[in-house]
Amino acid sequence: MDSRRFSADRPAATYLPAGVRRAVKIVVVGHFGVGKTTFIGSLSEIEPLRTEEKMTVASAPVDDLSGAGAKETTTVALDFGRITLSEELVLYLFGTPGQQRFVQLWEDMTVGALGALLLVDPARLESTFPVIDLVESFGLDYAVAVNSFDPSVRFEESEIREALDLLPDTPVVHCDARDVASSAEALKELVRHLLTRKG
Amino acid sequence: MTTPSEDDLVTGDFVRSYVITGGRRLPSATDLSLHTLVTLAPDRELPRRASPEVRAIWDICGGGYLSMAEVAAHLGLPTAVARLLLTDLAEQGHLLRRAAPPPAQAVDRGTLEEVLHGLQTLFG
Repeated sequence: MDSRRFSADRPAATYLPAGVRRAVKIVVVGHFGVGKTTFIGSLSEIEPLRTEEKMTVASAPVDDLSGAGAKETTTVALDFGRITLSEELVLYLFGTPGQQRFVQLWEDMTVGALGALLLVDPARLESTFPVIDLVESFGLDYAVAVNSFDPSVRFEESEIREALDLLPDTPVVHCDARDVASSAEALKELVRHLLTRKG
Repeated sequence: MTTPSEDDLVTGDFVRSYVITGGRRLPSATDLSLHTLVTLAPDRELPRRASPEVRAIWDICGGGYLSMAEVAAHLGLPTAVARLLLTDLAEQGHLLRRAAPPPAQAVDRGTLEEVLHGLQTLFG
């Protein structure tokens, strides 16, 4: 066996500047297809990377007539990117799938995270409910970024707030995940919010 | 309806991960988190009989600091497997780690200000 096979077809590693001493992490969460990977790709200084995680999950209840709690092994992809913020600090953005069945993975993803940016599709608000439940159950502070690919489709912030039952101080920003400046603004809004939570 | 049997669980991927890790319990995220930075310690010799996976980690970690998640992604390993192999290398003194920061509740205001300042500098 040859170790080179591990690096075939993958981008070469881009090492951090030698002075970088500390790493911080923000998780980008949202339902499937909401634009997490696009968002990370817009801001990352490296080609976004992916790992494939194998985990044991409860199989769908409809398949489990015996009530024995059948398990299955499944694979979920984690996408992430990197932003070197200064000569000594680097930020990682981890895209985290929002399904309850991946709760095992959330332990890993959220350890040491500064907070979460919750991407929301205004046309599929109901898909966001389980994601918010997860974010809150893990005690993460978060901001909401309403990702709309079509700028002509406007959303009423009050409707979003009401539908998602947000606290009054939870930021809600508009964001186009394909756009660097717009994505960066959403991230800055989250960090400003985290600062206010520090008092 | 079919009931899952033991055979169903033994997929090729499952066996591969099990063999790579020697069937040991995987370390938890608090031992080595996804964004912990790692690099090879200077002047170390690759252990004889190192597995292909360890050789690949040795190669990629020799060039500078990367996060644990980057090492896993570049090698095509699940993070849990990469974490175990990296933890072994660290315990054997082959790997340097730059500690990840404490959990969110303990993140200090200064760090958040640095993050915000960095984003403003990069993106306006």
